[in-house]
Amino acid sequence: MNAPNRMGNQTIVYRNTPWIAASACAAGPREAQGPLGDRFDLVADTPDFGQESYEQAEVALLREACRICLDKAHVGEKSVQAMLGGDLLNQIMPSSLAARSLRIPFLGMYGACSTMSEGLLVGGLLVDGGYAAPVLCTAGSHYATAERQYRFPLEYGNQRTPASQWTVTGAGVVLLAQQGDAVYGKPLAKLTRGCIGRVVDMGVNDANNMGAAMAPAAAATLCAYFDDTGETPERFDRIITGDLGYVGSELLLEWCGKMGHSLPRERMMDCGLTIYDPGQDSHAGGSGCGCSAVVLSSYILPKLQSGEWQRVLFMATGALLSPTTSQQGETIPGVAHAVVIEGVR
Amino acid sequence: MQKSASRKERIAEYKELIARLTPKSKVGQGCLRAFWVGGVICVLGQTLIDFGMSAWHLTQAQAGTLASIVLVFLTAALTGVGVFDRIAKYAGAGTVVPITGFANAMVSPAMEFRPEGFVLGTGAKLFTIAGPVLVYGISASVLVGLAYYFISL
Repeated sequence: MNAPNRMGNQTIVYRNTPWIAASACAAGPREAQGPLGDRFDLVADTPDFGQESYEQAEVALLREACRICLDKAHVGEKSVQAMLGGDLLNQIMPSSLAARSLRIPFLGMYGACSTMSEGLLVGGLLVDGGYAAPVLCTAGSHYATAERQYRFPLEYGNQRTPASQWTVTGAGVVLLAQQGDAVYGKPLAKLTRGCIGRVVDMGVNDANNMGAAMAPAAAATLCAYFDDTGETPERFDRIITGDLGYVGSELLLEWCGKMGHSLPRERMMDCGLTIYDPGQDSHAGGSGCGCSAVVLSSYILPKLQSGEWQRVLFMATGALLSPTTSQQGETIPGVAHAVVIEGVR
Repeated sequence: MQKSASRKERIAEYKELIARLTPKSKVGQGCLRAFWVGGVICVLGQTLIDFGMSAWHLTQAQAGTLASIVLVFLTAALTGVGVFDRIAKYAGAGTVVPITGFANAMVSPAMEFRPEGFVLGTGAKLFTIAGPVLVYGISASVLVGLAYYFISL
């Protein structure tokens, strides 16, 4: 028997189109120097954000972004019925520690850098099905904590390859509410469809080229969505990828073309290429859970709210990399989850 | 059978695409920078040796130790104030290959893992980068020493 709210193999239809009631983001000083810097709700003056460790700074950024978002929607922490969030660190501790302070019922998410769209996808289901509302979806990352977990000590003198990416220090938060629930103010946008991505591995084992590891997963999710729905890329003002960066974005265009869905270059956007200026020495672009989350909150949702864009496909992309399996010779699987976000007229 | 063959072909096709679209490191520029920065470090070391031998009348071995101590100290200090990684980003192998690379590989984890405490942080993680170099460097020296012993018997 077919699930009634399903289209094809991978696509979900939100019958009750959950609203994005509010959103907020907090980011670090390097991100604030980028092109979106003046749109952030909170900027940390220093990477440690006045905390004892970078891990605590990551927690604080996430917690403050949540509080600002709830303030914007005039919601108390007690009224939020679920929080879905994740980050890049082992045991997703920053998200759990932020949830500990907020005391909101918490579901931990892990999809590496795809966490923001994973959270939106599942959070949208909770709201759509009438199981919880409002629901807070969060994602965050920190350059210093990601470096120490995945790469080298910060002060270690090494050179980055041209395809490597820079983990964003920042957190983005979205509050989902039931359609028509105007107590939170005018909605920013609404969720209409989602597409759960498959884990795709094309044999990439270069941990300095995450874009290449993730691009086939992004292509697979896009093709699945177009096949399931019969839509074409022209139906979207933007098809937004999370952090494919310069290399991954080019690979996505080529690989999708080979799979029979040619993507119009002028409608493509990558959050990793949006958050930093090319002059900021971030090599192939930004990455990390916080990358797509911060760009969603500071750039994408305002454009949907203003009506400049009507409909976008937001697809954060994750490289499911573990230093342990990587050292054991395992290749890097990728995953990409998509949600269709539309303006509310 | 045929399906696995086609998957292999697709992976090969994708790898070709990656090779075409991924920008390459600038090897020529990297070599040039490594050469001049590494050269300057070596000149500094040699100057220290010469100075030790002429001014303080040290033996060659003692003067070499002096040069090592000074270079390690300078690197540790520059790492501590957060400057060394910037020089290394420019110079690459130019700072890694001389003793400066080793000093940086010891000091940077010591700083990085300080929040986890002196024992389980700095103490346990001190050799995360330099450890393999020590293990295989010392192992190789033992093998060479044994070979030397038997040859010279």
